[in-house]
Amino acid sequence: MDNHAGRRLVAGIPLLWLLLFFLVPFIIVFKISFSEVRLAMPPYAPLLQWLHGLPHPKLNFGNYAFLFTDRLYISSYLYSLKVAAVSTFCCLLIGYPMAYAIAHAGPTWRNVLLMMIVLPFWTSFLLRVYAWIGLLKNNGVINNILMYLGLIHEPLPLLQTDFAVYIGIVYSYLPFMILPLYANLEKHDNTLLEAAADLGAHPVTAFLRITLPQSAAGIVAGSLLVFIPAVGEYVVPSLLGRSDQLMIGRVLSDEFFENRDWPVASAVAILILLALVIPIMLFQHYQRRELEAQK
Amino acid sequence: MSIALRSFCIGAALAALFAGCSGSSKSPTDDTETPTAGATASGAPTDSEKVVNVYNWSDYIEPAVIADFQKEYGIKVNYDVFDSNEVLETKLLTGHTNYDVVAPSGPFLARQIQAGVYQKLDKALLPNLRNLDPQIARNEAQYDPGNAYSVTYMWITSGPGYDTAKIKQRMPDAPVDSWRMFYDPTVIAKFADCGVSLLDAPSEVIATVMVFLGKDPNSDSPTDLQAAEKVLMAIRPYVRYVHSSRYIDDLANGEICLALGWSGDVKQAHDRARDAGKGIDVAYNIPREGGVSNFDTLAIPADAPHPKNGHLFIDYLLRPEVAARNSNFIKYANGDLPSAQLSDAVKNDPGIYPPPQVQAKLHPEPTRSPEYTRLLTRTWTRFKTGK
Repeated sequence: MDNHAGRRLVAGIPLLWLLLFFLVPFIIVFKISFSEVRLAMPPYAPLLQWLHGLPHPKLNFGNYAFLFTDRLYISSYLYSLKVAAVSTFCCLLIGYPMAYAIAHAGPTWRNVLLMMIVLPFWTSFLLRVYAWIGLLKNNGVINNILMYLGLIHEPLPLLQTDFAVYIGIVYSYLPFMILPLYANLEKHDNTLLEAAADLGAHPVTAFLRITLPQSAAGIVAGSLLVFIPAVGEYVVPSLLGRSDQLMIGRVLSDEFFENRDWPVASAVAILILLALVIPIMLFQHYQRRELEAQK
Repeated sequence: MSIALRSFCIGAALAALFAGCSGSSKSPTDDTETPTAGATASGAPTDSEKVVNVYNWSDYIEPAVIADFQKEYGIKVNYDVFDSNEVLETKLLTGHTNYDVVAPSGPFLARQIQAGVYQKLDKALLPNLRNLDPQIARNEAQYDPGNAYSVTYMWITSGPGYDTAKIKQRMPDAPVDSWRMFYDPTVIAKFADCGVSLLDAPSEVIATVMVFLGKDPNSDSPTDLQAAEKVLMAIRPYVRYVHSSRYIDDLANGEICLALGWSGDVKQAHDRARDAGKGIDVAYNIPREGGVSNFDTLAIPADAPHPKNGHLFIDYLLRPEVAARNSNFIKYANGDLPSAQLSDAVKNDPGIYPPPQVQAKLHPEPTRSPEYTRLLTRTWTRFKTGK
């Protein structure tokens, strides 16, 4: 097999995967979003109706129009963006020093530390979020310790707060920030920093002017890997959040399960996706630039 | 109703995505283990494959009942559970569920019958129908005219579940047998500090607000809905959360002191609190203004792979002694006439088997039109978000 065919094969498998598990479901959802609700199995009308042996498409744009008539959809979307942005920023603040420390640790330690980052994934995501309920609730571990120490006399309301949602999201997505940052920082050439030191630069200056700009691609990659899933996050706010904060993921599930309106739910899903395409394209742009920089 | 199962599905999918572990839900026929018991003793018709796939509410049967059915008929029961009607309905409307027996609640059943989800029951295969309480069957017929597609498995009410000591301490003359506990802002405000929860069941909760307001719980007028929304918005600041199952544990261990809950679930909270031995006593009342009753039914999907076994399983659950064992265990009233095997604690509990004068004031949960459902969901969202 020559090099060319081999490369095509390697690229073809993930392409086929994406086609099958991303594009096909997307087309199905896209199709349903133009349909109408009806009480049947499945609970929406077919798009193509056959009249006198001729296909007769029936597109309904009302589902999309509806989303703009009610403030609910826009405001919960904006709220989701805010939660995702704050969480991403916290992940960056916590994740960067951790990735930096791992990249600068000795080879043995490095593997141990990386292992510790990945280890929580061995337990179900849902179980780990449930564990936070046990930690944060009124009768929970944190409140009991604080009361035992005499720092507080009444339990602090920690669960069902904004704070709990941010903790849950930052905790859950931190590894997605650390791993790309680590991959980037690990490749840095230390001689640059040595040269900067020889020329009299303060370590802070050297960090700000050499390490930070060089790790920009890692920061963008990590931030997008956190930001994109956090926008659609459903489990964490449902379990840890207040019921008066609606993120778009919850609105989508309400449309689907409570209103049984698959077409409107699909329209919400399509609009979320479109709004996220921009950051995804930014991500690709940076990735390509990084790849080119390596050549 | 509850998001736990739903979030589990999504959580499992996420876990599969992130960790590469298998998070797909197990299909009911995955289990290939077959029992070695002999053929049907009673001669009731069965399908050639000795399997029945059952999809019921979680914690809604005495576990030994399943084993006893397998032993008696040599039919393997694949028993799967859900905790929300919405999840069940989504599966049913997608089709090809492989289930032989499912347990939808009244209004959901009514809609699913219209959508063509179920097959008519073959009453010749259900001799134990004679044990049904005719009054309950009549109530259930409002969802399923003529009881053609379903039988009542259990029926339930909703009302205040509360921590007796904490309520008494905050309000010695609290109206614990009234909807005022929730819908009168001056009353509920007294309990905000120890925690109040409401069921995340829009249609049912709105119907209870209508009862409180003295309006028709079946009303689908937008004006009445607005009046109900006003009541809900006024009490929103005092409600800690809106959820359909979290309150069971929270009542039992003192996280909250008042919950609008389902009768049997509050009884379970009471038992858990008693077993924990922390001195928490949980009580339940059906409000004196009347309340809303709900029916969990048993039905067979049109595309069930083992319909005869499904009939046999339903008939087994209707046996007086089996129904009584289930009620004794899960603390809900079954659809049969009260039988001798029912324990006194269950039979004499007015929160489980209400006396006739209370029963007369119970309204079966209404079936809502799609238009009203959309208005209702929107009201509910405004209530939950408080804006």
